Amino acid sequence: MSKESEVVKESSMLMQKEMIADNYEALTSTAESGRKVASTFVPGNLNELIMCFGMLNNLPEINAIQNGMRKKSGAMIMDAERNGHSEDVCTYVKADIGQMSKGNIAPNGKPMPAPDLLLLSYTGCFTFMKWFELLRHEHGCETVMLQVPYTGDGVITDNMRSYVIKQLKEEVIPAMERVSGVKFDIDRLRENLRRSAEAEDNLVWVLESAKNVRSPIDAYFGGVYYIGPIFTAFRGTREAIDYYRVLRGEIEQRIEQQLGPVTPEDDMEEERYRLVVEGPPNWTSFRDFWKMFYDEGAVVVASTYTKVGGVYDQGFRHDPDHPLESLAEYCLGCYTNRNLPNRVDMLVNYVNDFQADGLLVNSIKSCNSFSAGQLMMMQQVEKRSGKPAAFIETDLVDPRYFSAANVKNRLESYFQMIEQKRSRIEAA
Amino acid sequence: MAVKDIIERCTELYRDLEFNAAKRWKAAGSDRKVMGYMPVYVPEEIIHAAGMMPLGIVGGGDQMEVIHGDAYYQSYICRIPRSTIELGVTGKLDFLDGILFPSICDVIRNLSGMWKMMRPDMYVQYFDVPQNFADGIGGEYYVKELEHLRDEFSALAGRPVGDDAINRSIALYNERRRLVREIYDFRSEAPWKAPTAEVHLLMRAGLVIPVEEHIRMMQGYLAAAREEDRPVRDCCRVVINGSFCEQPPLNLIKTIEMAGCYVVDDDYMLGNRWLLEDLATDGNPLEVLADAFLHHSADTAAKYCPRKEDVGRFLLQSVKDTKAEGVIFSAPSFCDPALLERPMLADRMSEHGIPHISFKYAENSGQMQPIREQAGTFADTLKLWS
Repeated sequence: MSKESEVVKESSMLMQKEMIADNYEALTSTAESGRKVASTFVPGNLNELIMCFGMLNNLPEINAIQNGMRKKSGAMIMDAERNGHSEDVCTYVKADIGQMSKGNIAPNGKPMPAPDLLLLSYTGCFTFMKWFELLRHEHGCETVMLQVPYTGDGVITDNMRSYVIKQLKEEVIPAMERVSGVKFDIDRLRENLRRSAEAEDNLVWVLESAKNVRSPIDAYFGGVYYIGPIFTAFRGTREAIDYYRVLRGEIEQRIEQQLGPVTPEDDMEEERYRLVVEGPPNWTSFRDFWKMFYDEGAVVVASTYTKVGGVYDQGFRHDPDHPLESLAEYCLGCYTNRNLPNRVDMLVNYVNDFQADGLLVNSIKSCNSFSAGQLMMMQQVEKRSGKPAAFIETDLVDPRYFSAANVKNRLESYFQMIEQKRSRIEAA
Repeated sequence: MAVKDIIERCTELYRDLEFNAAKRWKAAGSDRKVMGYMPVYVPEEIIHAAGMMPLGIVGGGDQMEVIHGDAYYQSYICRIPRSTIELGVTGKLDFLDGILFPSICDVIRNLSGMWKMMRPDMYVQYFDVPQNFADGIGGEYYVKELEHLRDEFSALAGRPVGDDAINRSIALYNERRRLVREIYDFRSEAPWKAPTAEVHLLMRAGLVIPVEEHIRMMQGYLAAAREEDRPVRDCCRVVINGSFCEQPPLNLIKTIEMAGCYVVDDDYMLGNRWLLEDLATDGNPLEVLADAFLHHSADTAAKYCPRKEDVGRFLLQSVKDTKAEGVIFSAPSFCDPALLERPMLADRMSEHGIPHISFKYAENSGQMQPIREQAGTFADTLKLWS
């Protein structure tokens, strides 16, 4: 029996797998269907708007993740580096460019179509801007840019909001109309946003369920699956509503049965450590990485990576009554578009609200948007929460930067540190 | 004053990580304030109009041992933020009344938040600029951001910063821009008379002294350099690209020159020539500054290029205007903007038959032999085959 077939899968997982497969099928069948494709990014993803024009949403980061998990990204990155891309820059970019040089094959084995529109939502990550310039350099298709100002003072100002809305009205929507041949219908957008909000309610409920001591979920390794539909091509769809309803039902059941999180091997037995994690996961050794946690009884009760495509647990919901304003607020509020003091506040609140034992930072070599400043953030969280923090380094999709032995050593030391801290508290 | 004396003064300023010139300026008046800023561009005119001195901060260079700064950053982050943190942690920037972090990359952006946490008592501002260059969209946004900045500076200065004051500052900065252009043109015409190591020091001095003094310094240099008799060497003409933020060590620039290259254009400290033309001094100054930013500003990797066909156009024009024979892509290690853009620029150069090479550096790079060999080979190739 292969290892893959031993993996435990719940209904929601199978549902999501089917949704993703259908989406890749739709993407790779545009020659027959005639549908247009918009490539865009997860943070600041305007899926509800894209759907108004009957377009399909293709996310290069997700393709890179898929390639990472399938162990294909390493060769793609090296291809890109051989073609002049620096070893210093984001490996998502190089995996994407490398994928093109290898025939641009989608995970379903069929060729991915060239995008009809590059929708550059420049939200919280400078690299996005140059990434799409590089894709335009390759594809030569129409590109439209939505600049989302960084909330440097930790607040969304009227000027920022107006700027985003104006770009949507005067540049993004006209470009989509032009490419798709479909006229913009704001009522269709409202309908999509209404569906988004419904799904978002259930996602937040799922994430908050980790406040239970004996958490029914892992909010990082499991969390990346939970955010899948809402961060990608399904926000605003009926399928996303159904998915989150089913997922919530499963979690409710787990709470009732006092079960811990589901892992690739089985339900997690004992919950020994409750952690908050800052930073994206490593994708090339995702299962091995996760195993290092659940083998030790460590469950992640809150993570910031699951807020990179929308910070719904802080109260934001897409609002059908204020459609464009709501899209602007969504983009402006994404996690990496928030200033560092704001990010520290979130982490401290997570540690306290989720009764965590501490903070773990997974620092990603590729991602300066996340990583620059994390050491200081870690110190601040330790100081304010009184809980120990630890730091590991990996990469997104470059297998050369995942050193299993180093990561495991550091994690084991961290768990010992938590134990010592507990002993001291008990002794006091 | 002779070139030697001027460059000696510039070298002193370059080496002075205590920023004594700015401290002296501040001490000369009880209401004087100093506003720091990181690369690449901030509207210095508004700072100046508020009676403050803009102070350009480009890290600690190769003279500073970074001890504390490394504890704040992972190994894969460039060096300028860690040496800037070092300057901050060691108290060298305590005399500042505020600091601006312009929109250039995620690292400098996040440094603004770090500074807010490190120095809650200091005015710290992330300064965003538009990447949308339409007057009614990006322009409107930018004018409001400039108004916000002006209002903040008024509060800091304790007096309103009016249009007339900003217009007067624009006139002064026009003069500086003219002189910077003149020096760059002079170097391009007679690079043996204005070596880039000197021009670099001269421009770098402008970061840390009042603009009025910098204008006099540049006037003096131009006059002296024109008079000075220096031998013409058998060098090829190159443009340097990718060094707009973290600056290379002076030795690296000297190494490129010693390897047989006349640097006839570069993007070192691009802020002083970010705005390419003289600005009107009788209009609404914030609109004038916005218009210049949107339509008449330098191109660099920190900016979005809305049209594919315009990628590399600025660099191509520079090569053409300066009659350069090749391009050296010289970017700091881990510099996302420069390194992400480099393949596109390299392709564009290749399309036009312009030879190019690339290497990386850090502001404290010490090993120059590999650079010398690479630049020397490039220079020989250009001389033989160009």
